[in-house]
Amino acid sequence: MHIVVCIKQVPDSAQIRVHPVSNTIMRQGVPAIVNPYDLFALEEALRLKDRYGGRVTVLCMGPSQADAALRKALSFGADEAILLSDRAFAGSDTLATSYALAAAIQRIREDMPVDLVFAGKQTIDGDTAQVGPGIAKRLNLQLLTYVARIDALDLERKEILIHRRAEGGVQVLKTSLPCLITVLEGINEMRFATMDDMFRAARYPLKVWDKAAAGIEDLSKVGLKGSPTVVAKVFAPQPKARKAERIEVHGDAPKDLAATLLTKLFTHHPQLERHISERAS
Amino acid sequence: MTEIPAKKTATGRRKVELDPRLAAYKGVWVFVEHERGVTHPVSWELLGEARKLADQLGVDVGALVLGAPGPAIRRACDDTFCYGADVCYLIEDPVLANYRNEPYTKGLTHLVDKYQPEIVLLGATTLGRDLGGSIATTLATGLTADCTELTIDPDNRSLAATRPTFGGSLLCTIQTLNYRPQMATVRPRVMHMPERGSPRAARIIEERLGMIEESIITKVLEYIPDERQDQAQLTYADIIVSGGRGLKRPENFQLIWDLAEVLGAEVGATRPLIQAGWVTADRQVGQTGKTVRPKLYIAAGISGAIQHRVGMESSDVIIAINEDPNAPIFDFATYGIVGNAMQILPALTDVFRQHAATAKRAG
Repeated sequence: MHIVVCIKQVPDSAQIRVHPVSNTIMRQGVPAIVNPYDLFALEEALRLKDRYGGRVTVLCMGPSQADAALRKALSFGADEAILLSDRAFAGSDTLATSYALAAAIQRIREDMPVDLVFAGKQTIDGDTAQVGPGIAKRLNLQLLTYVARIDALDLERKEILIHRRAEGGVQVLKTSLPCLITVLEGINEMRFATMDDMFRAARYPLKVWDKAAAGIEDLSKVGLKGSPTVVAKVFAPQPKARKAERIEVHGDAPKDLAATLLTKLFTHHPQLERHISERAS
Repeated sequence: MTEIPAKKTATGRRKVELDPRLAAYKGVWVFVEHERGVTHPVSWELLGEARKLADQLGVDVGALVLGAPGPAIRRACDDTFCYGADVCYLIEDPVLANYRNEPYTKGLTHLVDKYQPEIVLLGATTLGRDLGGSIATTLATGLTADCTELTIDPDNRSLAATRPTFGGSLLCTIQTLNYRPQMATVRPRVMHMPERGSPRAARIIEERLGMIEESIITKVLEYIPDERQDQAQLTYADIIVSGGRGLKRPENFQLIWDLAEVLGAEVGATRPLIQAGWVTADRQVGQTGKTVRPKLYIAAGISGAIQHRVGMESSDVIIAINEDPNAPIFDFATYGIVGNAMQILPALTDVFRQHAATAKRAG
């Protein structure tokens, strides 16, 4: 069995600050991490490998610094890591990104057939959740998004059975390999890297593929040229003109504050009083 | 042009005349999410938005309804006319009974290819996101996810889709200039729910899917509805009580549940509490969680970081309780109490409980 896991290196969004004057992202000092959702995908792939044997190849598109993300994946137990990196990819939107990644996976499967492709449910920087479905469409893989559980994998019959999170419920789906799975957060708990794997990851000779290595000839499909969407404007959210009305009472006793708030709320918003009374009765 | 585009390339491309082949694409479409006899309310919200865009462009609103044959799907078609659709495109087929990527992608791309809309909107639900990415890739066009504002650029009649980026710290406006259709997904509750009106039309165009079950690889073996339907109800709750890091200890979160019970409210939380495991992920409000728009939102121990704010600032009334008088939440809340949430929350629970008891006796 051969699994490809797509990962992305992202800035840790919890630590991003916007420059108050220029409205630009202050990248200095913001650590680059593996997109947290992708780690669930990697762990799920490694668990399948533990159970059924086979190989896990990690694939990451990004600048040369993104090799850190791949080494991290190797330290958890991935067998092989490929960095897809070329200046021609700069400015790619989700359509162009899925084109480049699909080309690389196509190239990978020429050497060794791929049964499963894993991805996180979305990234924390773009939040689009579009690249996974895009890759599946381009490679004609069955698409399983928001997978909450892998129930069974039958390598003989090339079938997989999963639980998929849907609106208001869960779908139990069966499909054929090869397929692309995006996993839900919390599906598993990431293992700890072993000392051996950490050493191996540090020494591992990463494969770096440029556009030619990935077999991309049509440059109109990647980078800015291959991106239908254009960023027309970037700006900071408008602060609201009106500040909160402060509820204050003499002595600031919680009981008095609560009573004052309730009176104010129900005086100015009588419909809320009706609404709450109806629910309480 | 007064706006300064972020990139030079954008300036050049904004002025490009639309290819006549692409200029033939007309109309604003909404994919109507209809499953197991129920239409997701986000579809009505999108139809309301589509109506505004279409009126500006002077074109029709099209509603796309796909599903298994039966009275429910016909009712969904009739409903679309009450929420602003001029024409309803319908594909009825037994294989569409449960959502599956393959047949839905085929049905939708067929409709787009044949009738050529300039804009296609979908809900940013698990279904809409699954489908949106597949369709945009098949059609090789642009798709902008999780938009919070949709307008028409007067310079070139194209869709200007604004969305939060970098966890909500910034907003960016994205356009798809030389490709059609222009696609966007919008989360439930981001747009206003329009009033249900009298039907403005009754034109249904039926198309055939042309697929047989045997040709579809993925099979739905079962659909298990959530036992706790409240999971799904947070998005559409009228009253929400939410807690943040200011609650300090996991056991203090019980104070949120207590107040919520008295108010008949749903419970929400910020991302750090989800990450710390105090509350399940389906209760997260914010950029990476759910967008809500209740009549009343009570935020206790929540600082109001942008990542949370984008998910709840459209609430009608926001009550903020925080120890820090300079917390950003006081910049956009309706009422603010500076104080210890662990003391204020039980006090609020008491006064609301007393009020309810009094109202009951009076009533």
